[in-house]
Amino acid sequence: MHLLELIVPPGFLANGPVHTALIVGAGAAVVSAIVGVFTVMRGQSFAGHALADVSSAGGSAAFLLGLNPLLGFLGVAALAAGGMEWADVRDARERDLVTGVMLGVGLGLTALLLYLGTIRGSTSGAAIAILFGSMFTIPASLIPLALTVAGVALVAIAAIYRPLLLSSLSADLAQAQGARVRRMGLVHALALALAVSLAAMTVGAILSTALLIGPAAAALRFADRPGRALGWAVAIGWAATWGGILLAYDSFYWTPGHGWPVSFFIVVLIFIGYLLAGLAGRRPARQGLERPA
Amino acid sequence: MTDTAALSVHGLRVSFSGRPVLKDVQFEVAAGEFCALIGANGSGKTTLLKAILGLLRPQSGEVRIEPGAAGARIGYVPQKISIDPYLPLRSRDVVALGLDGARWGWPRRSRADDARVQEMLEAVGAIEFAERRVGQLSGGQQQRVLIAHALVRRPRLLLLDEPLANLDVRSTAEIVALLRRLSAQYRTAVLLSAHDMNPLLAVIDRIVYLASCCAVSGKADEVIRTEVLSRLYGYHVDVVRVHGRVVVIAAHEPEEIRAALARDPVHTAQVP
Ligand SMILES: Nc1ncnc2c1ncn2[C@@H]1O[C@H](COP(=O)(O)OP(=O)(O)O)[C@@H](O)[C@H]1O
Ligand SMILES: [Mg+2]
Repeated sequence: MHLLELIVPPGFLANGPVHTALIVGAGAAVVSAIVGVFTVMRGQSFAGHALADVSSAGGSAAFLLGLNPLLGFLGVAALAAGGMEWADVRDARERDLVTGVMLGVGLGLTALLLYLGTIRGSTSGAAIAILFGSMFTIPASLIPLALTVAGVALVAIAAIYRPLLLSSLSADLAQAQGARVRRMGLVHALALALAVSLAAMTVGAILSTALLIGPAAAALRFADRPGRALGWAVAIGWAATWGGILLAYDSFYWTPGHGWPVSFFIVVLIFIGYLLAGLAGRRPARQGLERPA
Repeated sequence: MTDTAALSVHGLRVSFSGRPVLKDVQFEVAAGEFCALIGANGSGKTTLLKAILGLLRPQSGEVRIEPGAAGARIGYVPQKISIDPYLPLRSRDVVALGLDGARWGWPRRSRADDARVQEMLEAVGAIEFAERRVGQLSGGQQQRVLIAHALVRRPRLLLLDEPLANLDVRSTAEIVALLRRLSAQYRTAVLLSAHDMNPLLAVIDRIVYLASCCAVSGKADEVIRTEVLSRLYGYHVDVVRVHGRVVVIAAHEPEEIRAALARDPVHTAQVP
């Protein structure tokens, strides 16, 4: 009992904002981890990051207009994802350049909108919340929408699961086998937009990459089959998110009067997970190098 | 198209931005036949295979494929794919994706599916590394897995794009023997592209030779002759039989090599 109180401080579970943070955080972590595994496998980590940065323009616009920020993130992320797939840039280098330029435009727009917001509200709170997250200020009314978004993303990924795996081996192979790779790419991009928006709501647009890429990258260090990679990514992302919330709550007692940001703890925990996974995954990697090519 | 043709290609023409790569390509591969598609780099081998697969649309011409058993399309092993060592797919998973990888929805595999995958892994000799990630296998091992992936639905036609490039002499011989055996066992026609025909001479039934956008096709023993090959290559080559094997060698240095040497002479070391 004492030990449990040491870890889970008094009042933690009865606290309303903590409740909301736990639920929305879990949703964001699970979806980001699952979508992230495929994003990493498809070599689209940078696109995922760019999408998050661009979506911050939507988040800040929604803040300026007094709308639900998740809708703002979602709208812009979905538009950008659709646009990227529609443009269908095949060459990896070209794709990176287009993505980079788009990222710049999105963040520039965010800068403007947040600046306008600061003039109006004379506070920089929104900027911090949108870019770096503010989990304890998520309104409970957001829960149904957040869980719906999470559910849609998971169903979308389940629908394209096999073609996704096959095309991560070789797009030509998938296409030759009759998979509709463009349609699949679009569905994946939209699922990515949903995941990134949810993550942006929780750990902020800039740090959402950590939730998307970190657990997936860690799981892929050692998981040798798709189901396990997904399972481990979810476990790492979820544990880091709840662990982060717990530590942030604790931190109110460390420095009385103000706690530390949840996002900081989540990112640190994910990083630790990645390092540990690297240790666990070292053996097969070395074997791979020793074998003749 | 004759009744027994697994594949027939008629007047196929493909050009990229106005530049023809294939024009009026015409040939047939009979059921169960083992056929080599020979041509220099850039002669259009990959383009031809992709046109057969429907991955690119030809300007004109027709490709006909013998309909296989239910759902079995063409088996395909693409040209050198580089697989991420951390891709979480074991050899077994890759072969299973050959069964249903193009389908939507969460996988539901039956006992029978698992048995087919297991049987295919055994047939290509991949049992030993069935549980290892494909990205961490050697080139020869990866070829075996990709061949199993391509054959697990028992297509009537198997296309392989330069499967022997990047393999050492021993793996090359093993893969060629494996393909020959599987082709006979399943009565699958094989069309395999290569720039060097030597490793294949002992096993092929038919050759399709691609040069200057056109294809010449014939029974192996009709084509693998000094005068025929010399005409195709555009310089004199000899078809030699040594130790019961057939080898094709250039009698003289081909014109291109002589010209290149003249431009950029090699300083050979003096042998005492
Ligand atoms: N997508 C493409 N766009 C333009 N040219 C292409 C394309 N694919 C192939 N080519 C050209 O077509 C020719 C044949 O290429 P390819 O079929 O890959 O030859 P091979 O496989 O025999 O080496 C080459 O000159 C190549 O540059
Ligand atoms: Mg080629």
